[in-house]
Amino acid sequence: MSDLNALETRLSEEIANARDEAALEAVRVGALGKKGAISELLKTLGSMSPDERKAQGPLINGLRDRVANALAARKSEIETAALDNRLASERIDITLPAQDVPRGTVHPVSQVQAEITAIMASLGFSVAEGPDIESDDYNFTRLNIPAEHPARQMHDTFYMKPQADGSRPLLRTHTSPVQVRTMLANKPPIRIIAPGRTYRCDSDATHSPMFHQVEGLVIDESTHLGHLKWVLEELCSAFFEVPHVAMRLRPSYFPFTEPSVEVDIQCDRSGGKIKFGEGKDWLEIAGAGMVHPRVLEMCGIDPARYQGFAFGMGLDRLAMLKYSIPDLRPFFESDFRWLKHYGFAAFDIPSMEGGLSR
Amino acid sequence: MKFTLSWLKAHLETQAGVETIADTLTRIGLEVEGIEDKAKALSNFIVAEIVTAVPHPDADRLRVCQVNTGTQSLQVVCGAPNARAGLKGVFAPPDTYVPGSGITLKVTKIRGVESNGMMCSERELELSSESDGIIELPDSALVGQKATDALGLNDPVIDVSLTPNRGDCASVYGIARDLAAAGLGKLKDGPAASVAGTFPSPVKTGLDFSDEAKDACPIFAGRLVRGVKNGPSPEWLQRRLKAIGLRPISALVDVTNLLSHDRGRPLHVFDAAKLSGNLRARLAKDGEKLIALDGREYTLDSEMTVIADDANALGIAGVIGGVETGCTESTTDVFIESAYFDPIRTARTGRTLGIISDARYRFERGVDPDFVIGGLELATKLILEFCGGTPSEIVVAGSAPEWKRSIAFDPSAVRRLAGLSIATEEMVAILRALGFAVEGTGPLTVMPPSWRPDIHGSADLVEEIVRIKGLDAIVATPMSRPETLGGTVLTGAQRRVGIARRALAARGLNECIHFSFIPRAHAALFGGGDDARQLENPISADLDAMRPSLIPSMLAAAQRNQARGIAHLSLFEIGAEFSGGTPGAQTSVACGLRAGTLPRHWIKGGEINAFTAKADMLTALEAAWGQTVNIPAMPSAPAWYHPGRSGALTMGPKALAYFGELHPRILAAFDIKGPAVAFEIFLDRIPEPKARDGKNRPPLDSSSFPAVERDFAFLLPSTVSAESVIKAAKTGDRKLIDDVTVFDVYEGKGIPEGQKSLAISVRLQPREKTLTDAEIDAVAEKIVAAVTKATGGSLRG
Repeated sequence: MSDLNALETRLSEEIANARDEAALEAVRVGALGKKGAISELLKTLGSMSPDERKAQGPLINGLRDRVANALAARKSEIETAALDNRLASERIDITLPAQDVPRGTVHPVSQVQAEITAIMASLGFSVAEGPDIESDDYNFTRLNIPAEHPARQMHDTFYMKPQADGSRPLLRTHTSPVQVRTMLANKPPIRIIAPGRTYRCDSDATHSPMFHQVEGLVIDESTHLGHLKWVLEELCSAFFEVPHVAMRLRPSYFPFTEPSVEVDIQCDRSGGKIKFGEGKDWLEIAGAGMVHPRVLEMCGIDPARYQGFAFGMGLDRLAMLKYSIPDLRPFFESDFRWLKHYGFAAFDIPSMEGGLSR
Repeated sequence: MKFTLSWLKAHLETQAGVETIADTLTRIGLEVEGIEDKAKALSNFIVAEIVTAVPHPDADRLRVCQVNTGTQSLQVVCGAPNARAGLKGVFAPPDTYVPGSGITLKVTKIRGVESNGMMCSERELELSSESDGIIELPDSALVGQKATDALGLNDPVIDVSLTPNRGDCASVYGIARDLAAAGLGKLKDGPAASVAGTFPSPVKTGLDFSDEAKDACPIFAGRLVRGVKNGPSPEWLQRRLKAIGLRPISALVDVTNLLSHDRGRPLHVFDAAKLSGNLRARLAKDGEKLIALDGREYTLDSEMTVIADDANALGIAGVIGGVETGCTESTTDVFIESAYFDPIRTARTGRTLGIISDARYRFERGVDPDFVIGGLELATKLILEFCGGTPSEIVVAGSAPEWKRSIAFDPSAVRRLAGLSIATEEMVAILRALGFAVEGTGPLTVMPPSWRPDIHGSADLVEEIVRIKGLDAIVATPMSRPETLGGTVLTGAQRRVGIARRALAARGLNECIHFSFIPRAHAALFGGGDDARQLENPISADLDAMRPSLIPSMLAAAQRNQARGIAHLSLFEIGAEFSGGTPGAQTSVACGLRAGTLPRHWIKGGEINAFTAKADMLTALEAAWGQTVNIPAMPSAPAWYHPGRSGALTMGPKALAYFGELHPRILAAFDIKGPAVAFEIFLDRIPEPKARDGKNRPPLDSSSFPAVERDFAFLLPSTVSAESVIKAAKTGDRKLIDDVTVFDVYEGKGIPEGQKSLAISVRLQPREKTLTDAEIDAVAEKIVAAVTKATGGSLRG
């Protein structure tokens, strides 16, 4: 009995004193190896009498289990200490910068176009497109702009050099030729918006020879100015992300609409910064009107049966107003700092369900 | 179009103030651009009298004045040569803002003498550029009175921006008529009484046109007035003209200016003594010259109308008079001309000659054809009143162009187009107030007045009714929702553009938008610059060519940024490139550029090369297309790329995309520093998705047996492409080989000259059972055989 106690005490001390895995393994071999002290004791059980074995068996087996557990526990301790040591030496400076992941951006005009598209799509409008180089016929004649209209002159419109076929195309001065193309190709009902690049011979602090427009066109049998007002109210309040925008129509003149109106929205300029949906000031936001019967006729639509409205607004200007971008010209100058500052993140995709902007 | 409030009230009986009038004008489509109210801006300036004026003790040119302002006596130092005792002038007390000098007055010491305010010149009040002396008011001015009252400046000036269709409102009378129709007052009597002539006009008028050109001037009227005495026009007339920015010249000239602005009726007054024989309207001769009233000589052509006597062209019809036959102080006999000139021809003449005049402004918008004689009578009356004289009878050549027309008008059109319910009687009342004749009940017959050449159809009448009724009455009316939600709002092409944009931004590129026109020299480097793609009238000489590629725009942007010290940038643009100068000769392109050395980073390994551009391109292309792109790259990119370090993906005869390093010659042309790689994706050429059986996906083909990877390194001639090795390796066992990837390429030490080592990893995916070593070895042997056969290379030992 006292032999076993003495053995256990010795082994416990040896286990506790083992500093590394090799020392601990030596203790294990000395105790539980083939010729280990406990193994040798276990071997003696076979030659004992049943009574003796009954008494000694549990004692020796108990010793073996306790020593094995102590070995395992110490092993785990040694491993943990070793790992802690290793990790302590593996420290990095986590304040160092990570690999550069450059932040790309989407141009404000693209973003605003996507916003307008999302709003108008929810009102049942689809998006129509057309070429930048247009014929005189589509850009002017079929829009009821007479041959002598000042807009047709060289100081307003960019013309191409005469072409091999004798034609003298021009750069579209508005996206209205897309309306012409849409009416010529489709039967009413028509409900489209036409965003895109437009060009005019104008270049100063507030004009750029290229800019962007979005136009809307609805043709059916009953759409009238009241519907126009509603669509523009919906568009403006959704676009400027305010609950309601008061709107004012003023009579105006465009060759392609009759009656023609200019559209002002309520705003507040008192704070130095423009705010929408409140205030006592008015801001002109769009030109619009009922499509002129002559235009319908020239685009193959019977004006006795069909009618509808058209409107146009400047995309660049909408971007400037909504996001307080002061000048137009830098839109097309690609100053890297401007692009990063005014651009939008790749995944800020405007939608009606997720919101147009953050 | 400018006018003063009192001028308007000469035609409109109204109690309305200037704000109400301005609001109404804007509401009915005559947009008020601004109201200039001098009485407001100059409210601090008062009439004061200089009581004494003695020389300044310390300055020869200055005087020390005691000034009586009506309430106090102040000491004011004044430098004006005309400052003297007894002068009544305009005084600005301290703390007054002086608009002409842009300063706010303070009590100050001038050369040691205190000065409490300022006696003002016209320039300081922005009345003229006169600054030599202070204003001298007549004795009738009351000391202490507001200066604007004494100066007759208490009359706000209203500036209206006219739309081109409203020539009738290029006259104060016309504006008053519109306001009266809008219910703001009563229009005072318009038409002029005729003035009886007492002798036949010795000067006759004539029309000298071919049949094709006879519309140029259908009517030419006039009359002689003998024995006039020219001189300054009356004070009230001068004040009106000055208020709208015109310089009073003489009574005879001021009358024509008055009628132009008051009645929209431009006229001309000739000095009859300077005429040779009779007057006629005719087309100019090509090369005919004329010195106009602006002092400049113009060379005319045969498309322009002139007024001529028997000898010479005297004036450019409807645009400007000639200097030779103009009236002067000594003029005694005048011939007054009143005619109708074709709007289109007048506009073209004015444009060709670059002349902007009040006459042109009115004739090109269309003057009232029925007021040729009326205007002449009114001018006669005023000339007789101001200058005396005896009028001749009127001479008329031709007749007023036909302007009477009737429009069938169904009143329901107002509801149909505007969504407004207005009683027919109210519509009729509005139209009549605007001068339209209306007949019938139910369907109406409407005859526009002579001064409304812009009214042609039912929609025009709706506009007239609605604008006078007020557009505020229009109620926002929800539109019905579209019949179904099934259709897509965006076309496939539009979606692809949007996705490519987001994919490129997500890869870290910054989107730009550039002009569609670039310098011709740049276009020429990219296969453009031909005449067909040139603009006839570019905004500047270096924006004259439609771009044949987006890359030159991007390089120019990169250069500008590099000049600002931005060493590295990555840009993209989605826009059109042009293959010709006709509608449709354009393709939508997504183009990206990475230029300049990357900023240094403590983690090494970043570099810009052709494969960066390839990855950019594939990211956008696959995102836009919606599928993996396995099209092999061919070394056939266009000349602006590095010939050995660029590639093209093609489908059929057309390129789908290009990528690679840019040609050093191109980079030099744009002065780009450091490496530059680019790509172009032709978005319009991405195929539409294949029509499938519904939206079902094919079942997933996944094997439950373990895949095995084996590596092979080949020694190959340098010219052998990786693509050909991969292609050959796959033929080893088309069923079993799942994927082949390149994991190492090496040229240099240890490899013979002209050869390279290329290592591939082949992934075998069994589908029926686990592969045995023998089976794997058999496939490996086939792979090696296929590659060595296809490439002439060998397996590296």
